[in-house]
Amino acid sequence: MTTHYTATAKTLHWLMALLLFGLLALGFYMQGLPLSPQKLQLYSWHKWAGVTVFLLVLFRLAWRVTHRPPALPDAMPKVMQLAAHAGHALLYLLMIAIPLSGWLMSSAKGFQTVWFGILPIPDLVDKNKELGDLLQTVHESLNWLFIVVIAGHVGAALKHHFIDKDDILTRMLPAHPTDK
Amino acid sequence: MKPIALILTLAAALPFSAHAVTYQQIQADQSAITFAYQQMGVAMDGKFSRFTAQLNFDPANPAAAKTTIDVDLASIDTGSAEGDEEVAGKTWFNTAAFPTARFMASSVKALGEHRYEVTGPLTIKGKTQDIVVPATFTAQGQTGVFAGGFTLRRADFAIGEGSWAAFDVVANEVQIQFRITANAGE
Repeated sequence: MTTHYTATAKTLHWLMALLLFGLLALGFYMQGLPLSPQKLQLYSWHKWAGVTVFLLVLFRLAWRVTHRPPALPDAMPKVMQLAAHAGHALLYLLMIAIPLSGWLMSSAKGFQTVWFGILPIPDLVDKNKELGDLLQTVHESLNWLFIVVIAGHVGAALKHHFIDKDDILTRMLPAHPTDK
Repeated sequence: MKPIALILTLAAALPFSAHAVTYQQIQADQSAITFAYQQMGVAMDGKFSRFTAQLNFDPANPAAAKTTIDVDLASIDTGSAEGDEEVAGKTWFNTAAFPTARFMASSVKALGEHRYEVTGPLTIKGKTQDIVVPATFTAQGQTGVFAGGFTLRRADFAIGEGSWAAFDVVANEVQIQFRITANAGE
Protein backbone atom coordinates (compact mmCIF):
# COMPACT_ATOMS: atom_id res chain seq x y z
CA MET A 1 0.00 0.00 0.00
CA THR A 2 1.30 3.43 -0.85
CA THR A 3 2.11 5.63 2.10
CA HIS A 4 3.13 8.72 0.22
CA TYR A 5 2.05 11.04 -2.57
CA THR A 6 3.81 10.89 -5.93
CA ALA A 7 6.49 13.49 -6.62
CA THR A 8 4.15 15.01 -9.24
CA ALA A 9 1.32 15.31 -6.73
CA LYS A 10 3.66 16.96 -4.22
CA THR A 11 5.06 19.37 -6.79
CA LEU A 12 1.56 20.35 -7.89
CA HIS A 13 0.41 20.74 -4.30
CA TRP A 14 3.21 23.09 -3.25
CA LEU A 15 3.42 24.98 -6.55
CA MET A 16 -0.30 25.66 -6.38
CA ALA A 17 -0.14 26.53 -2.70
CA LEU A 18 2.42 29.19 -3.60
CA LEU A 19 0.45 30.47 -6.61
CA LEU A 20 -2.86 30.50 -4.75
CA PHE A 21 -1.36 32.38 -1.82
CA GLY A 22 0.03 34.95 -4.27
CA LEU A 23 -3.28 35.16 -6.15
CA LEU A 24 -5.27 35.70 -2.96
CA ALA A 25 -2.89 38.37 -1.68
CA LEU A 26 -2.74 40.11 -5.05
CA GLY A 27 -6.51 39.90 -5.49
CA PHE A 28 -7.29 41.54 -2.17
CA TYR A 29 -4.51 44.12 -2.60
CA MET A 30 -5.27 45.24 -6.16
CA GLN A 31 -9.00 45.81 -5.77
CA GLY A 32 -8.48 48.68 -3.35
CA LEU A 33 -6.01 50.55 -5.54
CA PRO A 34 -6.96 53.75 -7.35
CA LEU A 35 -7.03 53.39 -11.12
CA SER A 36 -3.49 53.52 -12.51
CA PRO A 37 -1.42 51.70 -15.14
CA GLN A 38 -0.01 49.63 -12.30
CA LYS A 39 -3.49 48.57 -11.20
CA LEU A 40 -4.40 47.49 -14.74
CA GLN A 41 -1.11 45.60 -14.93
CA LEU A 42 -1.79 43.83 -11.63
CA TYR A 43 -5.28 42.86 -12.78
CA SER A 44 -3.83 41.38 -15.96
CA TRP A 45 -1.22 39.44 -14.01
CA HIS A 46 -3.87 38.19 -11.58
CA LYS A 47 -5.97 36.97 -14.50
CA TRP A 48 -3.01 35.35 -16.26
CA ALA A 49 -2.00 33.55 -13.04
CA GLY A 50 -5.64 32.57 -12.47
CA VAL A 51 -5.89 30.93 -15.88
CA THR A 52 -2.57 29.18 -15.22
CA VAL A 53 -3.77 27.82 -11.87
CA PHE A 54 -7.06 26.73 -13.43
CA LEU A 55 -5.15 24.66 -16.01
CA LEU A 56 -2.92 23.25 -13.26
CA VAL A 57 -6.03 22.25 -11.29
CA LEU A 58 -7.40 20.37 -14.29
CA PHE A 59 -4.09 18.56 -14.70
CA ARG A 60 -3.96 17.90 -10.97
CA LEU A 61 -7.47 16.47 -10.96
CA ALA A 62 -6.58 14.18 -13.86
CA TRP A 63 -3.49 13.09 -11.95
CA ARG A 64 -5.52 12.60 -8.78
CA VAL A 65 -8.06 10.25 -10.39
CA THR A 66 -5.36 8.21 -12.09
CA HIS A 67 -3.01 8.02 -9.08
CA ARG A 68 -4.61 6.84 -5.89
CA PRO A 69 -3.44 8.91 -2.94
CA PRO A 70 -2.27 7.14 0.21
CA ALA A 71 -5.05 6.04 2.50
CA LEU A 72 -5.80 7.91 5.71
CA PRO A 73 -4.53 6.26 8.91
CA ASP A 74 -6.75 3.49 10.28
CA ALA A 75 -6.60 5.18 13.66
CA MET A 76 -8.63 8.09 12.27
CA PRO A 77 -12.31 7.93 13.21
CA LYS A 78 -14.59 7.34 10.24
CA VAL A 79 -16.29 10.70 10.68
CA MET A 80 -12.92 12.49 10.61
CA GLN A 81 -11.95 10.58 7.47
CA LEU A 82 -15.20 11.66 5.91
CA ALA A 83 -14.55 15.26 6.95
CA ALA A 84 -11.04 15.08 5.43
CA HIS A 85 -12.40 13.82 2.10
CA ALA A 86 -15.17 16.42 2.12
CA GLY A 87 -12.62 19.16 2.85
CA HIS A 88 -10.39 18.06 -0.03
CA ALA A 89 -13.39 17.86 -2.36
CA LEU A 90 -14.37 21.38 -1.34
CA LEU A 91 -10.82 22.64 -2.00
CA TYR A 92 -10.92 21.18 -5.51
CA LEU A 93 -14.40 22.55 -6.09
CA LEU A 94 -13.29 26.04 -5.06
CA MET A 95 -10.10 25.81 -7.14
CA ILE A 96 -12.39 25.22 -10.14
CA ALA A 97 -15.22 27.60 -9.22
CA ILE A 98 -13.07 30.60 -8.28
CA PRO A 99 -11.20 30.98 -11.59
CA LEU A 100 -14.45 30.28 -13.46
CA SER A 101 -16.24 33.04 -11.55
CA GLY A 102 -13.30 35.39 -12.19
CA TRP A 103 -13.33 34.60 -15.90
CA LEU A 104 -17.09 35.16 -16.20
CA MET A 105 -16.86 38.32 -14.09
CA SER A 106 -14.17 39.73 -16.40
CA SER A 107 -16.35 39.04 -19.44
CA ALA A 108 -19.46 40.55 -17.83
CA LYS A 109 -17.45 43.64 -16.89
CA GLY A 110 -16.25 43.96 -20.48
CA PHE A 111 -12.60 43.08 -19.89
CA GLN A 112 -11.78 39.99 -21.88
CA THR A 113 -9.12 37.70 -20.47
CA VAL A 114 -6.15 37.37 -22.81
CA TRP A 115 -3.70 34.84 -21.36
CA PHE A 116 -0.27 36.49 -21.09
CA GLY A 117 -1.61 39.15 -23.43
CA ILE A 118 -1.44 36.66 -26.30
CA LEU A 119 -4.13 33.99 -26.11
CA PRO A 120 -7.68 35.36 -25.94
CA ILE A 121 -9.99 33.30 -23.73
CA PRO A 122 -13.51 33.49 -25.18
CA ASP A 123 -16.16 35.56 -23.40
CA LEU A 124 -18.93 33.17 -22.37
CA VAL A 125 -21.21 35.99 -21.28
CA ASP A 126 -21.85 39.39 -22.81
CA LYS A 127 -21.04 42.65 -21.10
CA ASN A 128 -23.67 43.25 -18.45
CA LYS A 129 -23.13 45.52 -15.46
CA GLU A 130 -25.58 43.78 -13.09
CA LEU A 131 -24.18 40.36 -13.92
CA GLY A 132 -20.64 41.73 -13.53
CA ASP A 133 -21.41 43.09 -10.06
CA LEU A 134 -23.11 39.84 -9.07
CA LEU A 135 -20.14 37.76 -10.28
CA GLN A 136 -17.78 40.07 -8.41
CA THR A 137 -19.69 39.28 -5.20
CA VAL A 138 -19.59 35.59 -6.06
CA HIS A 139 -15.83 35.71 -6.78
CA GLU A 140 -15.13 37.54 -3.50
CA SER A 141 -17.42 35.33 -1.40
CA LEU A 142 -15.91 32.14 -2.83
CA ASN A 143 -12.46 33.46 -1.97
CA TRP A 144 -13.46 34.18 1.62
CA LEU A 145 -14.81 30.63 1.82
CA PHE A 146 -11.56 29.40 0.23
CA ILE A 147 -9.52 31.17 2.92
CA VAL A 148 -11.62 29.51 5.62
CA VAL A 149 -11.24 26.06 4.05
CA ILE A 150 -7.48 26.58 3.53
CA ALA A 151 -7.17 27.58 7.19
CA GLY A 152 -8.98 24.36 8.11
CA HIS A 153 -6.70 22.39 5.75
CA VAL A 154 -3.50 23.85 7.26
CA GLY A 155 -4.88 23.52 10.79
CA ALA A 156 -5.78 19.87 10.22
CA ALA A 157 -2.34 19.09 8.77
CA LEU A 158 -0.64 20.70 11.78
CA LYS A 159 -2.95 18.88 14.19
CA HIS A 160 -2.08 15.56 12.54
CA HIS A 161 1.62 16.34 12.81
CA PHE A 162 1.87 17.80 16.29
CA ILE A 163 -1.04 16.24 18.17
CA ASP A 164 -1.83 12.94 16.45
CA LYS A 165 1.85 12.58 15.49
CA ASP A 166 1.01 10.67 12.30
CA ASP A 167 2.53 11.02 8.82
CA ILE A 168 -0.30 13.02 7.21
CA LEU A 169 1.85 16.16 6.89
CA THR A 170 5.21 14.56 6.19
CA ARG A 171 3.91 12.39 3.36
CA MET A 172 3.20 15.60 1.40
CA LEU A 173 6.65 17.04 2.16
CA PRO A 174 9.45 16.83 -0.41
CA ALA A 175 12.31 14.32 -0.20
CA HIS A 176 10.28 11.52 1.27
CA PRO A 177 12.65 8.54 1.35
CA THR A 178 10.22 6.37 -0.63
CA ASP A 179 9.53 8.96 -3.32
CA LYS A 180 9.36 7.72 -6.83
CA MET B 1 -42.62 67.42 -76.60
CA LYS B 2 -42.85 63.90 -77.95
CA PRO B 3 -43.47 61.22 -75.29
CA ILE B 4 -40.14 59.54 -75.95
CA ALA B 5 -38.26 62.81 -75.55
CA LEU B 6 -40.10 63.49 -72.33
CA ILE B 7 -39.07 60.12 -70.90
CA LEU B 8 -35.46 60.69 -71.92
CA THR B 9 -35.45 64.11 -70.33
CA LEU B 10 -36.92 62.75 -67.13
CA ALA B 11 -34.49 59.84 -67.09
CA ALA B 12 -31.60 62.21 -67.44
CA ALA B 13 -32.93 64.56 -64.81
CA LEU B 14 -33.92 61.97 -62.19
CA PRO B 15 -30.52 60.83 -60.98
CA PHE B 16 -29.44 64.43 -60.83
CA SER B 17 -32.44 65.53 -58.82
CA ALA B 18 -31.96 62.56 -56.48
CA HIS B 19 -28.44 63.75 -55.72
CA ALA B 20 -29.02 67.46 -55.61
CA VAL B 21 -29.84 67.19 -51.95
CA THR B 22 -27.93 68.53 -49.02
CA TYR B 23 -27.72 66.29 -45.98
CA GLN B 24 -27.45 68.43 -42.90
CA GLN B 25 -29.89 67.37 -40.18
CA ILE B 26 -28.04 64.91 -38.00
CA GLN B 27 -30.08 62.10 -36.41
CA ALA B 28 -28.44 61.68 -33.02
CA ASP B 29 -30.19 58.41 -32.18
CA GLN B 30 -28.92 56.81 -35.38
CA SER B 31 -25.40 58.14 -35.12
CA ALA B 32 -22.46 56.81 -33.15
CA ILE B 33 -18.84 57.61 -32.44
CA THR B 34 -16.93 54.68 -31.01
CA PHE B 35 -13.32 53.90 -30.23
CA ALA B 36 -11.24 50.78 -29.77
CA TYR B 37 -7.77 50.15 -28.40
CA GLN B 38 -5.57 47.50 -26.86
CA GLN B 39 -4.92 47.25 -23.14
CA MET B 40 -2.18 44.70 -22.37
CA GLY B 41 -3.26 42.68 -25.38
CA VAL B 42 -6.95 42.95 -24.52
CA ALA B 43 -9.24 44.52 -27.10
CA MET B 44 -11.21 47.31 -25.44
CA ASP B 45 -13.87 49.58 -26.82
CA GLY B 46 -16.09 52.44 -25.84
CA LYS B 47 -18.15 55.28 -27.20
CA PHE B 48 -19.05 58.92 -26.91
CA SER B 49 -22.75 59.39 -26.39
CA ARG B 50 -22.96 63.16 -26.99
CA PHE B 51 -21.74 64.95 -30.07
CA THR B 52 -23.06 67.49 -32.49
CA ALA B 53 -22.38 67.76 -36.16
CA GLN B 54 -22.90 70.61 -38.54
CA LEU B 55 -23.11 69.01 -41.92
CA ASN B 56 -23.57 70.49 -45.28
CA PHE B 57 -22.99 67.79 -47.78
CA ASP B 58 -24.21 67.55 -51.34
CA PRO B 59 -23.01 64.31 -52.95
CA ALA B 60 -23.10 66.08 -56.31
CA ASN B 61 -20.64 68.66 -55.08
CA PRO B 62 -18.52 67.10 -52.32
CA ALA B 63 -15.77 69.70 -52.64
CA ALA B 64 -18.16 72.31 -51.25
CA ALA B 65 -18.97 70.22 -48.19
CA LYS B 66 -18.73 71.86 -44.82
CA THR B 67 -18.58 69.68 -41.77
CA THR B 68 -17.84 70.33 -38.15
CA ILE B 69 -18.15 67.60 -35.57
CA ASP B 70 -17.96 68.46 -31.87
CA VAL B 71 -17.63 65.63 -29.41
CA ASP B 72 -18.53 66.18 -25.78
CA LEU B 73 -15.59 64.39 -24.18
CA ALA B 74 -17.30 64.09 -20.80
CA SER B 75 -19.90 61.85 -22.46
CA ILE B 76 -17.31 59.09 -22.83
CA ASP B 77 -18.26 55.55 -21.92
CA THR B 78 -15.10 53.52 -21.31
CA GLY B 79 -17.03 50.58 -19.96
CA SER B 80 -16.53 51.35 -16.27
CA ALA B 81 -17.45 54.29 -14.05
CA GLU B 82 -13.91 54.29 -12.67
CA GLY B 83 -12.51 54.57 -16.18
CA ASP B 84 -14.93 57.36 -17.18
CA GLU B 85 -13.90 59.37 -14.15
CA GLU B 86 -10.20 58.79 -14.79
CA VAL B 87 -10.19 59.91 -18.43
CA ALA B 88 -12.04 63.13 -17.58
CA GLY B 89 -9.06 64.06 -15.40
CA LYS B 90 -6.08 66.25 -16.18
CA THR B 91 -3.75 63.53 -17.43
CA TRP B 92 -6.30 62.33 -20.00
CA PHE B 93 -8.81 64.73 -21.62
CA ASN B 94 -8.86 67.38 -18.90
CA THR B 95 -12.51 67.99 -19.76
CA ALA B 96 -12.72 70.88 -17.28
CA ALA B 97 -10.38 72.91 -19.49
CA PHE B 98 -11.03 71.22 -22.86
CA PRO B 99 -14.60 69.92 -22.90
CA THR B 100 -14.88 69.18 -26.61
CA ALA B 101 -12.94 67.58 -29.41
CA ARG B 102 -13.53 69.20 -32.78
CA PHE B 103 -13.04 67.96 -36.30
CA MET B 104 -13.51 70.30 -39.23
CA ALA B 105 -13.48 68.95 -42.75
CA SER B 106 -11.45 71.31 -44.88
CA SER B 107 -11.44 69.12 -47.97
CA VAL B 108 -13.66 66.34 -49.20
CA LYS B 109 -12.40 64.40 -52.19
CA ALA B 110 -14.66 61.98 -54.04
CA LEU B 111 -12.94 58.66 -54.74
CA GLY B 112 -15.90 57.09 -56.51
CA GLU B 113 -18.21 54.26 -55.44
CA HIS B 114 -19.58 56.29 -52.50
CA ARG B 115 -16.09 56.64 -51.09
CA TYR B 116 -14.58 59.92 -50.01
CA GLU B 117 -11.40 61.17 -48.47
CA VAL B 118 -12.08 63.77 -45.81
CA THR B 119 -9.18 65.90 -44.62
CA GLY B 120 -9.12 68.47 -41.90
CA PRO B 121 -7.86 69.57 -38.51
CA LEU B 122 -8.73 67.58 -35.41
CA THR B 123 -8.40 69.46 -32.14
CA ILE B 124 -8.27 67.69 -28.81
CA LYS B 125 -6.94 69.08 -25.54
CA GLY B 126 -5.69 72.23 -27.24
CA LYS B 127 -3.61 70.31 -29.75
CA THR B 128 -4.43 70.33 -33.45
CA GLN B 129 -3.38 67.87 -36.11
CA ASP B 130 -4.52 67.43 -39.68
CA ILE B 131 -6.02 64.02 -40.21
CA VAL B 132 -7.16 62.11 -43.26
CA VAL B 133 -10.33 60.12 -42.83
CA PRO B 134 -11.57 57.64 -45.42
CA ALA B 135 -15.35 57.67 -45.34
CA THR B 136 -18.33 56.39 -47.23
CA PHE B 137 -21.61 58.09 -47.87
CA THR B 138 -24.73 56.15 -48.73
CA ALA B 139 -28.08 57.76 -49.26
CA GLN B 140 -31.45 56.15 -48.95
CA GLY B 141 -34.10 58.60 -49.93
CA GLN B 142 -33.96 61.53 -47.56
CA THR B 143 -31.52 59.84 -45.22
CA GLY B 144 -27.77 59.72 -45.72
CA VAL B 145 -25.22 57.79 -43.70
CA PHE B 146 -21.61 58.86 -43.35
CA ALA B 147 -19.39 56.10 -42.02
CA GLY B 148 -15.67 55.88 -41.60
CA GLY B 149 -12.79 55.69 -39.25
CA PHE B 150 -9.19 56.54 -38.63
CA THR B 151 -6.43 55.70 -36.22
CA LEU B 152 -5.54 58.33 -33.68
CA ARG B 153 -2.28 58.24 -31.76
CA ARG B 154 -3.24 59.43 -28.30
CA ALA B 155 0.28 60.75 -27.60
CA ASP B 156 -0.19 63.29 -30.43
CA PHE B 157 -2.86 64.95 -28.30
CA ALA B 158 -1.35 64.31 -24.87
CA ILE B 159 -4.23 61.98 -24.02
CA GLY B 160 -2.84 60.00 -21.11
CA GLU B 161 0.07 61.81 -19.56
CA GLY B 162 2.33 61.07 -16.62
CA SER B 163 2.18 57.43 -15.57
CA TRP B 164 -0.21 56.71 -18.46
CA ALA B 165 2.18 58.04 -21.09
CA ALA B 166 3.88 54.69 -21.67
CA PHE B 167 2.16 52.41 -24.15
CA ASP B 168 2.79 49.09 -22.38
CA VAL B 169 -0.58 49.13 -20.63
CA VAL B 170 -2.75 51.37 -22.81
CA ALA B 171 -1.70 51.31 -26.46
CA ASN B 172 -0.94 54.54 -28.33
CA GLU B 173 -3.13 53.69 -31.31
CA VAL B 174 -6.84 54.24 -30.86
CA GLN B 175 -9.20 53.28 -33.68
CA ILE B 176 -12.01 55.79 -34.04
CA GLN B 177 -15.14 54.76 -35.91
CA PHE B 178 -18.07 56.96 -36.71
CA ARG B 179 -21.46 56.56 -38.27
CA ILE B 180 -23.46 59.71 -38.71
CA THR B 181 -26.96 59.65 -40.06
CA ALA B 182 -28.27 62.88 -41.51
CA ASN B 183 -31.53 63.84 -43.11
CA ALA B 184 -31.77 66.00 -46.14
CA GLY B 185 -32.51 69.62 -45.49
CA GLU B 186 -34.52 71.94 -47.69
